[in-house]
Amino acid sequence: MTGPREQFRPEDHDNDHFLLTSVVGSYPKPKWHDRAKELFEDPDADFGEKEWEEAKDDAAKLITEEHEHAGLDTVCDGEMRRNEMVEYFAELIDGYEFNGRVKVWGHNYFDKPSIESEVEYGEEWLVDEYKFTSSVSDRPVKVPITGPYTLARWAFNEAYETTEDATYALADLVNEEIERLVDAGCKYIQIDEPALAQYEDDHAIVGEALERIADGVPDDVRLGLHVCYGDYSRIYPEMLDYPVHEYDLELANGDYEQLDVFKADEFTKDFAMGVVDAHVAEVESVEEIKENIKKGLEVVPPEQLTVSPDCGIKLLPREVAYGKMENMVQAAREIEQELDAGEIEVRAGGAEASADD
Amino acid sequence: MTQVVAATPGLFPLPDWAKDELSRLKGHQKSDLISGDEGPEIVDAYERAREEVVGVQEDAGLDLVTEGQLRWDDMIAHPLAVADNVETRGIVRYYNNNNFYREPVVTGDLEASGDVAAELDAAAGLTDADLQAVLPGPYSLADLATDEHYGDEAAFLDAIADFLAAEAGQFPDVDTLFLLEPSLVENAPGEGADERASEAIDKVASAIDANVVAHTYWGSIEEKVYAHLMDADVDAIGFDLIADHEQTVYNVQEYGTKGDVALGLVDGQNTLVETPETIRERVEWFVEQTDGDYDTVYATANTELFYLPQNKFEAKIAALADAAAIEEVEA
Repeated sequence: MTGPREQFRPEDHDNDHFLLTSVVGSYPKPKWHDRAKELFEDPDADFGEKEWEEAKDDAAKLITEEHEHAGLDTVCDGEMRRNEMVEYFAELIDGYEFNGRVKVWGHNYFDKPSIESEVEYGEEWLVDEYKFTSSVSDRPVKVPITGPYTLARWAFNEAYETTEDATYALADLVNEEIERLVDAGCKYIQIDEPALAQYEDDHAIVGEALERIADGVPDDVRLGLHVCYGDYSRIYPEMLDYPVHEYDLELANGDYEQLDVFKADEFTKDFAMGVVDAHVAEVESVEEIKENIKKGLEVVPPEQLTVSPDCGIKLLPREVAYGKMENMVQAAREIEQELDAGEIEVRAGGAEASADD
Repeated sequence: MTQVVAATPGLFPLPDWAKDELSRLKGHQKSDLISGDEGPEIVDAYERAREEVVGVQEDAGLDLVTEGQLRWDDMIAHPLAVADNVETRGIVRYYNNNNFYREPVVTGDLEASGDVAAELDAAAGLTDADLQAVLPGPYSLADLATDEHYGDEAAFLDAIADFLAAEAGQFPDVDTLFLLEPSLVENAPGEGADERASEAIDKVASAIDANVVAHTYWGSIEEKVYAHLMDADVDAIGFDLIADHEQTVYNVQEYGTKGDVALGLVDGQNTLVETPETIRERVEWFVEQTDGDYDTVYATANTELFYLPQNKFEAKIAALADAAAIEEVEA
């Protein structure tokens, strides 16, 4: 095991083995949440700021509880207060402007902002979200934060000479936010850097940004990095040097074609592997997910394996999203039992190396 | 005398209303993307969107009007995504962008679908302006696709070139065809493949009676690849001057270029809008550096334009049209 992970094992956990189950972050919003948003945006409706805040609180509570019911070891609010992973932060940070939506794929769009002037902290980002989620759940809360490289790269840059300059300016703001979250009691923070998978050659910039982010963060706070939809061979094993404990990676969508990348060099940190596809609207069976989890055990021993979806699952129908979470947890628990019973052979090269942790 | 023609590489952003309407009608999953047999409501929404973007181009004053390629959910892989004997599988990254397309996997003999020709027929009915067609270049399309049928790289490229030539052969009268070849830069062909890429482009270009531009972007073309590309019988090669103007100028100085040239002068991936004067200066700079006596300079965006929000897209094409108009007035 690497890093401060054991603190997330539930007290009533039945198995000796513990595969940490987690999510990447986003989750489908309840339909009534969207209706409330429409009402809030309708100037003729009698639905103000207070009502809209209540609606978001209700949604956050509901989805946090849905994560609990699915049996997840660490929960979040499904990012109910966030419209999108860059937009949300760009609205709070001074220096960004919005011009309209752009295509990501198919009919999935995002309101890609432009950095028109130097960035400054602006309004508070996530502390209220964390406090609220913690208040409605007994489980540990994981907080995903969009990383500075993605915040820079997925914006139009009109203000900085280079993306690198913009990234470091934003990294200092992320560090400030993490300090506030840690003060509020947060123990599990995930930096989302999907843009890294797109510009693998910039892995040193992401590394430097993470050094700035991790600066001053206490040892008992677990830091993760989420990267998805890219060519991992171009950032692995270099990424293992980043100052984080866990790497959350998308692999189910590509049918584990890239799994071998992680076997070539020992995976020395925790491996949070995508075991369900975030863009297929059918719930994978428990059996199928178990087979996927076993693939993770080819890379790391159980002590280093976290079980997670490929990516945020907000685009799925809600019942499908729930079904995936529920089956994922069930699959993880069955694998733990089979590990306890010695029925699964762990083939990961580093199995011995982490036994002292 | 050089004529400056305001054009684009196509693939426009959907108007905002169409983003909403089509996401409602089609959905958000991999299986919801265009397959070529969409129902009447979806067809109708695209028709209205097409009419709007044709009008936007006319209002801006572009010299060449494209259909807009609004249906191309899979970007330049679209012609394969709607063809028979092609399976669309997982979503994969579209070059180095935060954009994704479905991996088209060719599982049997390719045959032209006429899908792009039908779009052009529709666009031709909407405008009297000179119509410009857009297709992926054969090298880029082969690069974006996976072959499970033809067996080797050369045979696959050949089949893709035949496929695109057959698609182009069905087009209505168009003034110009842009063949988009970003892979020539992004995944440059090696020894042998560079010559084949040029021959494949040649094959598609000769299937149509129109001015053909082989347009490259996201950098400059490697010297050797460029030397081979010059052997293709196209009317112009397109260069991305935003990403790299120095190597491009060097290539043209060393190897010459065609009688016409396409210049990517405005950034299709940044919201900062270039002024017509800046665009015009860039044209003049290039002509001066390359000592060129071009019949036509296509003043274009470097990349497709769907990366931009609608307002900036419209501002950029207006700037291109205005830049071309400055030239005409003073000529």
